[in-house]
Amino acid sequence: MSAYFGDVAALARKDLLLELRARDTVPAMLLFVVSALVVFRFSLPTEASDLAATGLLWIAVVFTALLGLTRAFAAERDQRLLDGLVLAPCDRSAIWLAKGTSVLAFLVLAEAIALPAFALFFSPIGWETVAAFALADLGIAAVGTLLAAMAAASRARELLLPLLFLPLVIPIVVGGVGASVEPDPGRYLAFLGLYDLVFAILAWASFEYVVTE
Amino acid sequence: MIVSARGLERRFGEKHALRGVDLELGERDLLVVTGANGSGKSTLLALLAGLLAPTRGELDVSVERGAIGFLAHEPLVYRELTAHENLELYGRLYRVPERRERIGMLLERYGLWEARHERVSAYSRGMAQRLALCRTLLHDPALLLLDEPFSALDEAGAAILDEELASLAGERALVLATHEPGRLIALATLELALA
Repeated sequence: MSAYFGDVAALARKDLLLELRARDTVPAMLLFVVSALVVFRFSLPTEASDLAATGLLWIAVVFTALLGLTRAFAAERDQRLLDGLVLAPCDRSAIWLAKGTSVLAFLVLAEAIALPAFALFFSPIGWETVAAFALADLGIAAVGTLLAAMAAASRARELLLPLLFLPLVIPIVVGGVGASVEPDPGRYLAFLGLYDLVFAILAWASFEYVVTE
Repeated sequence: MIVSARGLERRFGEKHALRGVDLELGERDLLVVTGANGSGKSTLLALLAGLLAPTRGELDVSVERGAIGFLAHEPLVYRELTAHENLELYGRLYRVPERRERIGMLLERYGLWEARHERVSAYSRGMAQRLALCRTLLHDPALLLLDEPFSALDEAGAAILDEELASLAGERALVLATHEPGRLIALATLELALA
């Protein structure tokens, strides 16, 4: 088990190092999410409620995550590096877990800017919204990493990833918005937790079949 | 036999990339695969590595995944990492014992020691090929699959590889795909010409 998590740590460290050097993903995500919030700020009527703004925040974060996911396997795809990783004798799910960890880190970083920006442009956010984003990030990283690997092997990857990803994150948006705006966020947070658990197990177990023939 | 294939065939859509290959490879054989561009050499190596599944026929490779060394057309190393970081990563994933010493020895042998902390993106094509050979040999594989190993190597690099292959021949199973078999034919125990 320690060898498995050692592999995950080595692969995740590699992804973070690549991003630190190439700066391909995080700056794009930050620019996108802040730009989207600025546009929403000026496009919403002045009498619009905070509820509508909260919904738009979730949309901005989902599309920011999609932007990050399109780049998640860029190095592996462009240089056929997935072949090198798949040939290694480590458990292939370690590749998914490591990539999911880096996707999660990038998303958290984007939200560290997006949530204060939202509070600045619209209204303050409570602990329940922060908790909902934390749970949603886990689900987005779990499902998104699996789908990004599938899309990376396809010629129509730019089309395929949104087509697969957006329907699957609808439950996350429903749970996230519910937890953010309803007076009793508990059941929405529980729903997000259940989604994370189910989809993390499914993605972990099926990743091997996505990256091999 | 370490590799056994009967009627091996691979199609990509309607296109036959490889058809009707029979093959028996012993633990100490060196097989040279020749053929023109598009004859299926790389496809055969990818099948033997387990990266592709045959469309038809039988293929039995009796070594574990981690005991295969595969040199592909691409070097399969991260361009934004240094040579040392790439080999550290693969060494970790392949559970290479005494990793640091093994990496140092290979980098030294292939003339990359001085450039070990440079990013691969700054390497010439020949240096990247040398690094790819280091990656392929890192875990001391029982079955080596080398696709055009002399590609992009200068005379010095080719001489190092000649020496390496001469020392490996007769020690383990090697499959080399090339359209210039001249310098390998003396070492070969088997030949396969793909049409």
